[in-house]
Amino acid sequence: MLGADELVINMGPQHPSTHGVLRVKLKLDGERVIGSECIIGYLHRGVEKIAENRTYQQFAPYVDRMDYVAAVSSGLGYCEAVEKLLVAEAPPRARVIRTILTELQRIASHLLWLGTHALDIGALTPLFYCFREREEILKIFEKYCGARLTTHAFRIGGLQYEAYDTFEKDVERFCKDFESRIVEYATLLTENRIWIGRTKGVGILTAADAIAFGVTGPVLRASGVKWDIRKAAPYAAYDQYKFEIPVGTTGDTYDRYLVRMEEMRQSRLICLQAIENIPAGPIMAKVGKVLKPPPGEVYHAIEAPKGEIGYYIVSDGTVMPYRVHIRPPSFINLQAFDRMVRGHLVADVVAIIGTIDIVLGEVDR
Amino acid sequence: MQATIEFLKLYWAPLLCGVAVVAILPLIAGYIVLVERKLMADMQARLGPMRVGPHGLLQPIADAVKLLIKEDIIPDNADKMVFWLAPVLSVGAALLSLAGLAIGPAFQIAQDINIGILFVVGISAMGIFGIVLGGWASNSHYSLMGALRSSAQLVSYETAAGMALVSALLFTGTLNIKSIVEVQSIEGIWFVMLAPVAFFTYLVASIAETNRAPFDLPEAESELVAGYMTEFSGFRWSLYFLAEYTNMIVVASVATTLFLGGWLRPFASVHGLPGFHLLNFLDLVPTLLLVAIAAYCIVRTPKQPTRVQQMFMLAVAGLCFVVGLVLLAPVVVPIAKPFYAGIHGGFWFILKVSLYIYFFMWLRFTIPRYRFDQLMRLGWHFLIPLSIINVLLVGVALIAGSYFNLHGWGLLLVTTPAAIITLVAALMILAAEKQRDAGHDPNAASDFYAG
Repeated sequence: MLGADELVINMGPQHPSTHGVLRVKLKLDGERVIGSECIIGYLHRGVEKIAENRTYQQFAPYVDRMDYVAAVSSGLGYCEAVEKLLVAEAPPRARVIRTILTELQRIASHLLWLGTHALDIGALTPLFYCFREREEILKIFEKYCGARLTTHAFRIGGLQYEAYDTFEKDVERFCKDFESRIVEYATLLTENRIWIGRTKGVGILTAADAIAFGVTGPVLRASGVKWDIRKAAPYAAYDQYKFEIPVGTTGDTYDRYLVRMEEMRQSRLICLQAIENIPAGPIMAKVGKVLKPPPGEVYHAIEAPKGEIGYYIVSDGTVMPYRVHIRPPSFINLQAFDRMVRGHLVADVVAIIGTIDIVLGEVDR
Repeated sequence: MQATIEFLKLYWAPLLCGVAVVAILPLIAGYIVLVERKLMADMQARLGPMRVGPHGLLQPIADAVKLLIKEDIIPDNADKMVFWLAPVLSVGAALLSLAGLAIGPAFQIAQDINIGILFVVGISAMGIFGIVLGGWASNSHYSLMGALRSSAQLVSYETAAGMALVSALLFTGTLNIKSIVEVQSIEGIWFVMLAPVAFFTYLVASIAETNRAPFDLPEAESELVAGYMTEFSGFRWSLYFLAEYTNMIVVASVATTLFLGGWLRPFASVHGLPGFHLLNFLDLVPTLLLVAIAAYCIVRTPKQPTRVQQMFMLAVAGLCFVVGLVLLAPVVVPIAKPFYAGIHGGFWFILKVSLYIYFFMWLRFTIPRYRFDQLMRLGWHFLIPLSIINVLLVGVALIAGSYFNLHGWGLLLVTTPAAIITLVAALMILAAEKQRDAGHDPNAASDFYAG
């Protein structure tokens, strides 16, 4: 029931700041949010059901269409899950190249987040700077596998393509440039009084709440929980590299901003370490042309840019999976939205949607 | 000769200005938008509009045509009469307030209104009715919230802006726009030097009044879609747009008139003194500037890809050259001397207004948007106290000035300490604010529509 001075506004599914087709019903008292409800499903394509009618290889490109701004990461999770089911392992060379591409994807995804998040809060310019750098990463992807966005970069068992001739050089050049570029963003935002005013103390999510909601990724780490699957259960080649896991203290929007900025710096360092020594050897394990995993089930999760993306696959011994369930980080992180937004203003709603960093393709699947 | 000039000044100049305002202003506003988009593109590592005409120079015309032929949508549940009236009211107020402004000693439509500045500020504030009514009539939540924000914002910042104007008006003792500039001419100093704090206050308040970033909350795109303009489309929307850019010109002109010496060139007191003065070189600056632009266009001509674009560049160069010559004439040709104030005044006035608007745009590209409660706090807890203190201190400084019989640059002896004390007061206000906030959550509920 609505009180006399309450107002319900419908934000989305077509709204400049809901990052796609999220629809949020906001109950307002003046401009203060006293309740919210997220309505999702506008982009539901039945990805999990599709998996049951495709062979293991055929389904791989579909996962790219979930989190389409971090397709490489989704692909890595799926490929590794099926490999686990097959009890196969990608060769070392493939694993290192996978790590490099995934970390570049993390930077690209975070850049997109930074640009749109800043745009939501009213800073117009960082978006274009971020896209300038993201373009360099997408060029590397294009040179590597011919696609920029939905890359389908990896295959079950390793890689289809050998790294192109100037791959290391391109990655190194990007990492070198990126160091000063990230300082540019920081000068525009980190110390900016208005930016701090708009983000500090906004959308606080305590560590206990974050864990209770099952939130993962930078949102969880900004609340002060040091949990990163790259360290906790290393996959690909992450156990070989030194990197820090940034954590926040208060769990507000500003902390999430700082955590993601630091993650970009760390990803850059991982890329630099990885290109120094890419082992020689094959890029594809011997998994055969027709994949028939033994009956059984597996859950495998990796640290995607937005949080833990997990694949639960049940095999009945045929060429098609019996069931695939996907744990999308965006969907689960979005559950904390109502907790974060209550008591704040309409202007903070867009800041909070931005800071969760959702991709509706992944939320709705 | 003198009689002819008087006749022209009295009857033709106002008429020409009137026609110019109504006929050319939409075009000027369109080109301000183009300049804004080009500047934004330049700061954002991209090109901006490039398709329509050479370097997108015809983009405003294409936009205008597009807006005119768009379908005119009125929502079913809108209050149709008010919906129709609101944008007209907004743009009418904006255009009318231009009538009081003086671009040069001769160019003023409503000549010598003795309450000139009050007229301009008052009429331009009427524009808020267009916004509030438009937001109300749309019958949409976003529009309504935009309108509410806008009215609260205008009421708060109009106070600070008014106080800032009072500080400057204390020096002149008149509200007549021409006399205000004349006082600055006689004193030989612009009021921005004498009342820097007032200028700063007016600068901030005028950004908020014109709903420009970082205070563009009434139309905050990422929050309220388009605020009060959400339900407007096509021509009605373009009227709001025109009103917004006209208001920018109005506040920039008011600031120029009151603080930046209006149509006076820098060191205008040297002009017309007998003998040779190095500073009179400044009279040649307009010509040199335009000739430089012309030369640049000519140098760039061979690099243009198509013949049409080459011709266009040469045409722009030619135009700049002709205008440059016109600006040179009153300086060197004796018979054209009487036109000096009119022609050069117009140049300097437009230059100052442009720089002021450029600052608006620069801010918009650089910084994020304030939140509504933060905006209100900045207005009521900082700018208004600051401007009131400033009025008091400028008044005290003026009394001290007349006691010691100071004039012109000498006034700085008393106004500078006043400005410094105001700044100290400002720091104290900020410190008190911080202390107050220390035990209090800045995001806690507050009734900010109360203002």
